Amino acid sequence: MNLKNPFNNSKLPINYLLKNGSVIDPDKNTIEKKDVLIEGKIIKDLKKNISVDEKKFKIIDCNNFFISPGIVDMRVNIGEPGFEHKETIKSACKAAASGGVTSMVCMPNTYPAIDQPAIIQSIQRKAREVSLSKVFCTGCITRGAEGNEICELQLMREFGALGFTDGNKCVSNARVMKRALNYAKSFDGLVIQHAEEPELSQGGMVNEGEFATRMGLTGIPNYSESMIIERDLWLVRDTKCRYHVSHISTKESVEIIRKAKKEGLPITCDTAPPYFMLNELSLENYRTFSKLSPPLRTEEDRNNIINGILDGTVDVIASDHTPHDQDAKRLPFNQAEFGGVGLETLLPMTLNLVKNYNLSLTKAISLITKNPSEILGLKPVRYLQI
Amino acid sequence: MTEEKVFKNYPHKHLLGIEGLLPDSINYLINLSKKYANYLEDNNQKLDDLKNKTCINLFFENSTRTRTSFELAGKKLGADMLNISVGTSSIKKGETLIDTAMTLNAMQPDLIVVRHNDAGAVKLLSEKVNCGVINAGDGPHEHPTQALLDSLTILRRKKTISGLKVAICGDIMHSRVARSNIHLLNTLGAEVRVIGPATLIPKEIESMGVKVFYKMKEGLKDVDVIIMLRLQLERMSGSFVPSIREYFRYYGLNNEKLKYAHSDALVLHPGPMNRGVEIDSELADDLDRSAIFEQVQMGVAVRMACLKALIKDK
Repeated sequence: MNLKNPFNNSKLPINYLLKNGSVIDPDKNTIEKKDVLIEGKIIKDLKKNISVDEKKFKIIDCNNFFISPGIVDMRVNIGEPGFEHKETIKSACKAAASGGVTSMVCMPNTYPAIDQPAIIQSIQRKAREVSLSKVFCTGCITRGAEGNEICELQLMREFGALGFTDGNKCVSNARVMKRALNYAKSFDGLVIQHAEEPELSQGGMVNEGEFATRMGLTGIPNYSESMIIERDLWLVRDTKCRYHVSHISTKESVEIIRKAKKEGLPITCDTAPPYFMLNELSLENYRTFSKLSPPLRTEEDRNNIINGILDGTVDVIASDHTPHDQDAKRLPFNQAEFGGVGLETLLPMTLNLVKNYNLSLTKAISLITKNPSEILGLKPVRYLQI
Repeated sequence: MTEEKVFKNYPHKHLLGIEGLLPDSINYLINLSKKYANYLEDNNQKLDDLKNKTCINLFFENSTRTRTSFELAGKKLGADMLNISVGTSSIKKGETLIDTAMTLNAMQPDLIVVRHNDAGAVKLLSEKVNCGVINAGDGPHEHPTQALLDSLTILRRKKTISGLKVAICGDIMHSRVARSNIHLLNTLGAEVRVIGPATLIPKEIESMGVKVFYKMKEGLKDVDVIIMLRLQLERMSGSFVPSIREYFRYYGLNNEKLKYAHSDALVLHPGPMNRGVEIDSELADDLDRSAIFEQVQMGVAVRMACLKALIKDK
């Protein structure tokens, strides 16, 4: 293994020429027919009609194909370490590669949780051995994601944490959240929140409303998400720290974030494909496979999420990939785990917006490439250029 | 006993809930129950309708009346009844519901009666077995045989359900009896109301076709039937009601509150009762007004009908 160049994988042929593909450039918002010359995993040239020595380069005819920058998925749960029976770094990387995801950001809800640099290093080492997609880490905001004391944020950042979040847990203590934002501000860190008031959603399984009532399940109200965002906005106003809300699912959240952006606050957000593709009716007959956190909401919420994506309120689409072993899902609804897979389907689900809602292709690609890499500070990854 | 051919049969494999059943299916079950009820009043002898059939009672939650009622119903029809209660079974040893279902299925019973504390669990189990399944209560979701026996009791006292005003009072949120009754009474044309403190009334229950009242005085006005629900203390975490004495004062049924209702209003309670919590002790024992023990009696007849309807000759 080459530690200096961890992504070097000598098994692959080194040189390629991609001929005549339509190259999507989310930066310039253009799609142009160009050739792409790749030498030793580095894009050496990008223009029309490149000619090369056919012996040295493998030429791939990309006529009628689009060439996009690799997808950056900013919310992936990998089970390693701790839950290897659900997903390993290797299986996640394979899933990512087959879905066109070249960079993924894993959540810190592992066991042990990613709350110190050593765990980041260990994950990075394993990812280098697999050497498919790039694996980046986020670190916990609080020790063990327990919501009490903040972790060594700056140290973790030095070792590669791109942002800080308690993953699928909400930092519900306002004082802790304020400290975290304040502290992260001092080194321009990014704080990512899973917005869900834990007391209000305790025991909750599905969206609160008619559907939950009929099914006899405990509901999670829409406002359990939006009240945390609104609370955090007060803290962001004060601290001016960069703040990102993960997987928003409700109409109210879109409205609040839209307003906050107009106000000029440093806030961004993402949503996941289930929240613009499905509504709570997917849970009919107690289908645990659609049991997600946050829960699938109503059709009205779904339409508002789409509007949020179309008008730019939603910055990023992330897969929220949360694999489970089947025994975690083949249970009575209350006992089944939250979450579903998404790495493989992130791109097709995003392209669905292009087909059905007139989102431009470059914008759709921006949502899964340029925007997340800008928020995470991954500039070198996002370009498809020399 | 010969069957009247009013309705051909019960067309479904399972009885998992009232929601979605057509009036014909419901009437078929109620008519069959009526016949068994009449038979039981006159005879003490066992029938052999289900001779050589095996039925398993699988109860993940404690139950006295429902389990005994099913057991008695099966025995009256000549079926072999097996009781599995969770305390002594391998579920305690960590077996999953699906494995339990497949194990029992391999023993080839003719019917399984299941009670489980999670909504939807009975449906999940029914997908994994070949025989019919009766839901004897799944979490706060449905309890179809209870709703059927409530309707049978009402029918014996009031002759018809269509057009009656029925109030369901108390802990609607955690009650499977309320949900099943709302579906059943609406299907048969009654006007259904729910009464309770807002903390115990689930969101958007109006969409199930009920009127919501927060005060007994308003909700009970002119009603013909009052179904009191048990305050499900075991399903409650957090303060849904501040205290039992406050609950009884505002939502407990006594003779005074009963005056708001129609003068011959009938009082039902699915049991077990918390005397002095949701119902006044004296009222509960008043056989003219309350049909609580008649309900238990009808329970056996309804369960006989359900067993008979679901165990089909192969």
